[in-house]
Order: sequence, then structure tokens, then C-alpha cells
Amino acid sequence: MISSAIQRSAKVGRRLLAVRFTYRTQRIVFIYSMLGVPLLYFLVTRLVPIVYSFNISVREWDVLSPEKPYVGFSNFAALFVDETFRRSLANTFLFVAVGIPGQLAAGLAVALLLQSATRLRGFFRTVYFIPYVTSIVAISWVFRWMLMPNGWVNAQLLNLGIPAQLFLQSPRQAPFVVALAMIWQSVGFQMLVFVTGLEGIPRTYYEAAQIDGANAWRRFRHITIPLLNPVILFSAVIAGISYLQAFGHIVSMTQDGGPLNSTRTLVYHIYKLAFKSFDMGSASAATVILFVILLAFTLLQLKVLDRKVDY
Amino acid sequence: MQTSADRGRTRPVAQDALAVIRYALLFAGVVVTLFPFLWMAASSLKQPQHLFDMGLIPSPATWSNYADLFKKAPFGRWIANTAVIAVVTTVSVLIFDTSVGYVLAKFQFAGQKVIFLFIISTLMVPTEMLIIPWYLLASDLHLTDTYVGLLLPGLISAFGIFLMRQFMSSLPSELLDAARIDGLNEWRVFVSIAIPLVKPAMVTLAILSFISSWNQFIWPFIVLQTEGNYTLPVGMVYFSSELKDNSGWILIMTGATVSVLPLIALFLIFQKRIIQGIALSGMK
Amino acid sequence: MTTKTTYTKPLSALAILTLLLTACGGNSGNKAEGAAASPAAASPSVSVAASGSASPSAASGNSQEKVTIEYWQYEYPAKVTLIDELIKEFQAQNPTITVKQTNFPYDQYNEKVATLVPAGKGPDVINLYYGWLPKYVSSGFLQPLPEAAFPAAQIESDYYPLVNAAKIDGSYWAIPTAVRTLALFYNKDLFAKANIAQPPATWEELVEDAKKLTEKDGKGQFVVEGFAWEPGAQLHHWYRDGLLPQAGGQDLSDDRRRILWADTPAGLEAFQYLIDFAVKHKVGTTGVFTDDATAFKTGHAAINIDGSFRLGSLKKDAPDLQYGIAPLPAYKNKSAPSSFWANAIPKNVSGAKLEAATKFLQFLTSKEVQEKWVEQVGELPAQRAVATQDKYLNDEKLGPFISQLDNSKAHFFIDETGERTLFVDATNEVLLNHVPVEQAFKDLVAKTQKLYDDYWAKADKK
Repeated sequence: MISSAIQRSAKVGRRLLAVRFTYRTQRIVFIYSMLGVPLLYFLVTRLVPIVYSFNISVREWDVLSPEKPYVGFSNFAALFVDETFRRSLANTFLFVAVGIPGQLAAGLAVALLLQSATRLRGFFRTVYFIPYVTSIVAISWVFRWMLMPNGWVNAQLLNLGIPAQLFLQSPRQAPFVVALAMIWQSVGFQMLVFVTGLEGIPRTYYEAAQIDGANAWRRFRHITIPLLNPVILFSAVIAGISYLQAFGHIVSMTQDGGPLNSTRTLVYHIYKLAFKSFDMGSASAATVILFVILLAFTLLQLKVLDRKVDY
Repeated sequence: MQTSADRGRTRPVAQDALAVIRYALLFAGVVVTLFPFLWMAASSLKQPQHLFDMGLIPSPATWSNYADLFKKAPFGRWIANTAVIAVVTTVSVLIFDTSVGYVLAKFQFAGQKVIFLFIISTLMVPTEMLIIPWYLLASDLHLTDTYVGLLLPGLISAFGIFLMRQFMSSLPSELLDAARIDGLNEWRVFVSIAIPLVKPAMVTLAILSFISSWNQFIWPFIVLQTEGNYTLPVGMVYFSSELKDNSGWILIMTGATVSVLPLIALFLIFQKRIIQGIALSGMK
Repeated sequence: MTTKTTYTKPLSALAILTLLLTACGGNSGNKAEGAAASPAAASPSVSVAASGSASPSAASGNSQEKVTIEYWQYEYPAKVTLIDELIKEFQAQNPTITVKQTNFPYDQYNEKVATLVPAGKGPDVINLYYGWLPKYVSSGFLQPLPEAAFPAAQIESDYYPLVNAAKIDGSYWAIPTAVRTLALFYNKDLFAKANIAQPPATWEELVEDAKKLTEKDGKGQFVVEGFAWEPGAQLHHWYRDGLLPQAGGQDLSDDRRRILWADTPAGLEAFQYLIDFAVKHKVGTTGVFTDDATAFKTGHAAINIDGSFRLGSLKKDAPDLQYGIAPLPAYKNKSAPSSFWANAIPKNVSGAKLEAATKFLQFLTSKEVQEKWVEQVGELPAQRAVATQDKYLNDEKLGPFISQLDNSKAHFFIDETGERTLFVDATNEVLLNHVPVEQAFKDLVAKTQKLYDDYWAKADKK
């Protein structure tokens, strides 16, 4: 009896082994055939161009001239000496510093409001999401038009007795106005991300906390925020990457990098270098710097915000 | 009657007041969100001489700006171009990203981690760094100003791979193994078991991919040359910058309205699916 | 839920990989250079039956082969339409030559050049703003105008002296069909309303009239600007080639290397005069009614300093506007800013294409074309003989522009965008940041001088 059982299990075992053996080769074939084309694609469309870009950055590369002599790191040095470039770095960091908290706070606020709303949820979700699907150019032109010194917004302010503001004409206000427009356009997306995250928090936690006597604020601080941490991290990283590369809104809302270069971001500076000054060498050097910043930023975020959560 | 469970809750009356405040805030947000669109649309109905009228309702209203718009620029063509590009990109992204995400999530093999990190790290490379080399490559291959040249950089998305991989890793491997033992080969396992399970994530990916392709600006701007080939964002920029100098602000608003309508319409039609998809995908 | 993955090992592997590839980057660089250089070298090979000399006036009959040349210009509707007509005429006269016109909006013009030229898709004749010429010349992109067809002596005798801004290193690099100057546009209705009989002719009169014409509403917002004030539009030109010389100052040294604005008090005086319109007299400011041209068109600005190029769009967009043109107000002497778009030939054009391009250029600068240009585009003829015909001098709108041409100057830009931005920044510093005028002016001169120094340092190296 036992021996036949052993015999049977041996047979099964052998059969499984055989199955697994052929499976191994089949698996490998499957894996590499699935990965082959995409990997090649990434090599050609991402890796090679990056390397090529590094190459351009160490040369004096004028679009119109046939000579492209190697100049070492002088493009980089020249950038850091250039006041406008340093300004563009400062502006970019300003956008990040304003944009990330602004977007996250606004998105979270709307998500929380939506959570506790029982009716019309679908309606609200839809409406708030609409700006996200619209083109940056179109929205920027509308804002630009509305924020003119003698535009609609100022007309309303004047009616309320508040003096007219310069908005996009003012070097102090312009970056905030543009950042606000960017936040406005992303609130819907952020809200959805948070709504999803919030729905992932089991109700039982809240109920338990309520039984223990915690009020809304404490529930928020000690349950919601910690459990939303991965979502917050994800959002901060994605938002940061986007604000570090702010460009579309700036090009359409302001001219020439804004009054006194106040909305001139890094990408805008790169664009100007490449297509107005025809200086590809410096432009590429600046993109390398941007790349380093992005990398550092992402790694930093991952380190700082990635905390393990104890249940 | 208050129980111990009620201690942490606010009393009913206060709760109603809170609800009212919540809804009020939400509606205020709706106004802030929709107002620019209303303004845009209202401006498009104004007559040119009322350029600086700050009233919301145009009077007299006119539809002639729309006729002017299509006469001045091939907006219809631009919308068609953009749609084609968006659809093709989305299909390609779905195919490739899902397969790569699946392989990276569900299989162990040499170099798996390196490959994944490599793909993710490409996310951090700013597009600006790539467009000049892309352009030179495209022109060498005579692909500038063509659909193919335009599509090439967007066919596979690292973000999509990331998304699908994250989603796939939460799929129960037992199901897949069971299918294998039943004799299905790897391909069938993928297509018949894995894919149906990740449909929500695929929907999300499709939508995000479509939207981002539609609104894409930098690469189409560089690679497209002839007016008839422009996509909507590119056309809109040329159109606006030309008009801005000739005081054509009303037309710019008209153009802006036209350029946001297609996506909004699509969004409204598919909104249930879209929102479900994004919500269900869970951003794990 | 959140697991900390160890990133260190794979990341370092990635870093090493990248470093290795960067080191090999040299090779891919050479390949790309070769790729970029060869399309440029390839275009002349299109010319058939290569005759040794590319003498353009060695006329016709040499090659019966069809030649296609490409002409680039910026997108200004009136110009585009006219060029289309002219091309048809030219092709009728020269059946072996086909001309293809491509145009881009002004804002994106340079970008398109930047992207298309390295790909070898450059034009055979290119229309450039004269202020960009130094940049294009110093990059080695252009070739001097063929001497035989465009002898320098002839250019200097036939054309207005302002064209000499296209003369670099002793040769002429581009030739215009038409030129533009700035003049005073004034709204006749608003002038009548304020009981002003004549447009202002001196600096003081301009200030007085502007003050009388300014209207503000109850909340202090502009309803009508007495004087549209947009330094980034035409006013920076007005400063360099109008106000400064009028005050007795000089713009650049003869070798075009030094900024002479601060050398006499005239520089600061002119700058102060310009700034005061917005800061002291408050008759206009930036960004209202979107820009100066729009403000004037919609009747929200009584006076605007603008160019002859505005005539065409005024006719189209504001046909009912009652406006007049007057020469710019004078001070110690007369001087008017002028500018032009000129046609140039890229360096890599040779053989049959060069012949065709030269013929096209000659056609474009003929008397008939210049006259057509005046009628349809509203720019002024570049040749004195054509411009000073009675029909133009007596024209109500064109006359005042043309009368200024003899005293007009065109500043030699080494970086038009850069110089304009510095000027606008300086005015903004005073207007928005309340920096003292003298300080802003000093900074402006220093920064502009640095631009010039950098440019010449690079140019001298070649």
C-alpha cells in the first residue's frame, strides 16, 4: 500500500519534473521574446540619445556652423557663471516649492470633501477632472487674457475695492500666478489619486478610533496621513518631476521668461539657448544638469518620504 | 440615545451644518474649475470690436468666429492628425507595456532587476535632452514631418511599464501556475488568464496614454514642418502666436475652445470607465 | 505594505554602464557629425551639368535643366500672398526655375531654422531680419552677395544708407526689397476731442499732448492711453536710433564694438525721457489692452510709435479708424529708427542653384517689385529713386515715413532678442522695482557692452 503510494507520488513527481523542465525553456523563450523588442527600443530611443546628448554638451555646437570643436566642460562652467541661468535654477526650485505642496494640499482637500459627500460624487469627480484633459496652451491663453491689467479679474477686484494687480506683469507675482495655473490644471488628477488612496484605508480603523474617542482631526493625523504615505510619496515624486520641467504654461502665459526673468525656468532657458541662440552645446549641458537634478530629486524624495508603516 | 460609540461622533445638527459647508466648498471649487472654460467659450462668441468688454455674456453674440477659424487654419485636419496619433500610440503602448510589465512582475530571471531599473531610470531623463538627437536621427532616416517619425518616441512608455508591473505583481501567481499545469503554454497563460485580470489597469493606462499623446507638444513641434501635418497643440501655438501680433485675441479664444472640446467630449462620454479605471488601478 | 528595496547594487551597475557608454560617446559623436555634415555637402551635388564657374550674370542657356530653389520667409499674410504672385511672375519669366516658398510665424522663425538647417533642409534664399545677420554671418551660415550681380558701390549709391547695416567685414550679405521706419501714429478723433490741432513735433509737445489725451476711469484704470508705452515693441528701437541721436548722442563706435550711450549726458537724458512717460507723466504703461498696437487699433491709445509695417493690418483690422501719420518728434536734430528684412543666400548654395537664387534676388529687388511691395505690404522701397517718386511722397500715409528715410538709422544688432530683453529689463527695474533711473541705465549700458564684448571675442577667434 505504502509502496504503491510512493510509486504514485514518484510518478507525479517525475511528471511534474518533466513538465517543469520543458517549461523552463519555454519560459526563457517567452521572456526574451517579450523583452527583446522593447529593450532594443529603449536602447535606441533613450540610451543612445542620452549619450549623444552628453557628447553635444561638451562641444561648441552652433546650429548654423559646420564646426563642432570639443571644449571640455566649458559649457557647464559658462552656465554657472551666467546670471540668467542661475536665475532660472532659482525660479525652477520656486515652482517646485510652491507647486508640490499646493497641488497635494488642494488635491487632498478636494478628495477629503468628496469622501464625505454622499451625493453627486460622480458629478464632482468629472468636473474637477476636466482641466486635466485640456491642452496647456489653450488654458494658458485664457488665463493670460483674464489676468491682463485691464482684464476680467482686475475688473472684479476693483469692484470689491481692491487695487488692480499686475499679475503676469509683475516680477513678484508672475511665478506664483503661473504656478497657480499649473496647480489648477492638476487638481483633478491629484484628487483622483488621493480618492483612490483614501478608499484603500479600511473603515474599521476609523471606527475603532472613533470608539476610542478620537475626533476628526486626530483621526486624520494618525490614520489618514500615515496610511496615505505611499500615495503621498508617489504624488510628490510625480508632481516634482513635472514642476521641475515646467515649460508649456510659461511659454504661453508669459513672454521671454516673464518680467525680469521671473518665470524663466530651467527648461525655458534650455529652449532659448537651443532655438534662439542656436547654442546646442550649452543647451545640452543644461539638459544634463536638469537630468542630474531630476535624479537627485527623485532619490531624495524616496529616501525622505519612504517610511515603513506599522499597522 | 447616546451610546459609548457616539462619544466620538459629532451631534446630528452640527453634522448637517458640516455637510452644507462641504457641499458649498465643493460647488465653489466647481465654479473655480469651470469658469475659465465658460470665459473661453463666451469670448469665442464675441464680435471683434468688443475685444475689451469684460462682461461674461457677449451681446450681440455671433458664431462667425468659428467660421473664420476654420477658414484661417486647418483645425479639422489638425484634430484628425492628433486623433490618429493618439489612437495608434495608445494601442502600441497597451500591447508592449502590458507584456513587459507582465514579464517583469511574474518571472524571475537573470538581469531582471537591472532591466527594470534601467527602464524606470529612463523616466527621469527629460524629453528636452532627447529631442535634438531624436531629430537628427529622424532626419537621417527621412522621417521628419511624417506620422512614423512622430510616433516613434512614444510607442512604448516606461511609465506604463511601471504601472502595469506594479499592478501585475499583485496578481495571484497560483492562478497562473494552475493554468500552466493544465497544459497552457506561456503565451496562452498571458493572454487568457493574466490580461483579463488586469483589465482595469489597462483601461487606466489607455486613457492616460491617450490624453498625454493628444496634448503632447515638444516633439511634434520640432518634428512636424508642414501646416497640414500639425497636431492640435502645435497648430494652436502657431495660430496663437501669429494672431497675438495681429490682435486676434477673440480668435485665439475660439481656437482654444475648439482645441479643448474633443477631449472633453471624449471624457464625458467615457467618464464612468475612466474614473473607474483610475480608481480601481489603485496606484499601488 | 511598503518594502524598502535595496537600490544600491543595481544602481551602481547602471552608473558604471553609463560611464562606459559616455566614454564611447566620442565615436557616436563623430558619426553624428559626419551625418550632419554630409546632408549639407550633399545639396550642391543636385546641381546638374556643373560648370566650373558659378558666375550668375553669365546668363541663361547654360543649363536647360530645371532648377528648384527654396525660399524661406516669415509668415506675414500680406507678404506671403505677394510672394506667391511674384513667384508666378518670376517663374513665367524664367521657365527653368521653380521657386518653392516656405514660411513660419515670426515667433518660431528661428526655431525652425535651428531644427531644419542641421538636418540639411536649409533654404536657397532666406529672408532674415537684418538684426540677425551678424549672428548668421559669424556662424558661417551665409555667403556674401555675389559681387557681379550686387556690386557694393551700386548698393551704396542706389539704396538708402541704413542698408549699410547689412555690410559686415566689407561685404554685403543681404539685400532688402523694402525698408521700414517708425513714425507717429495718431488718432484723429481723439485729437479732435482734446482740441489738439496738429500732431506733436517736438519732445515737449509729445508729452503735453499725451497728458491731454489720457483718460482714466473712476478707479484709476486707463480708458485711453495718451501715449502707448511698450518698450519691448518699438520703443527700444526709438531709443537707440531716434531719441539718442536726437539728443546728440551716439549709438555705437564706428567699429561697432563699443556702446557709446553713456559717453555723453545725451544717453541718460534720452532714457529718462522715455521712462518718464510711464513713471512720471503716467500717460501709458506696459501690458494694457494687451499691447500698443492693439490699444491703438481699438481706439484705446491716442498716440503710438509704430512702423510702416502696421499700415497693412490697420487697413484690414480697423478700416474705420481715423488716424494720421506724422514724422517722429524732433529734439536737437532729426533721426528716425528704421529696420528691414533682407534676403540672403546660405553658404552651401552653389552651381545652378546659386545662379537661380541670384536671379531671384535680382528680381525681388527690381523697381516693379518694390512698387508692388509698397502697395500690398505697406513697406517702403529700399532704393531712393523708387521711394522718392511723387506718388509716394504725397501719399498721406506713406509720405511722413519716406520723408524720414534720409535721416534714418538702423542699429547694428549682435543679438536682437538679447539686446531687447536687456532694455525691457532696465525699464522694468525702474517701473516695477523703483530702481533709480541712473542706476538702471548704468546697468543697461554695462550689460549691453558685455554682450558686444562676448560677440566680438568669439568673432575675433575665427
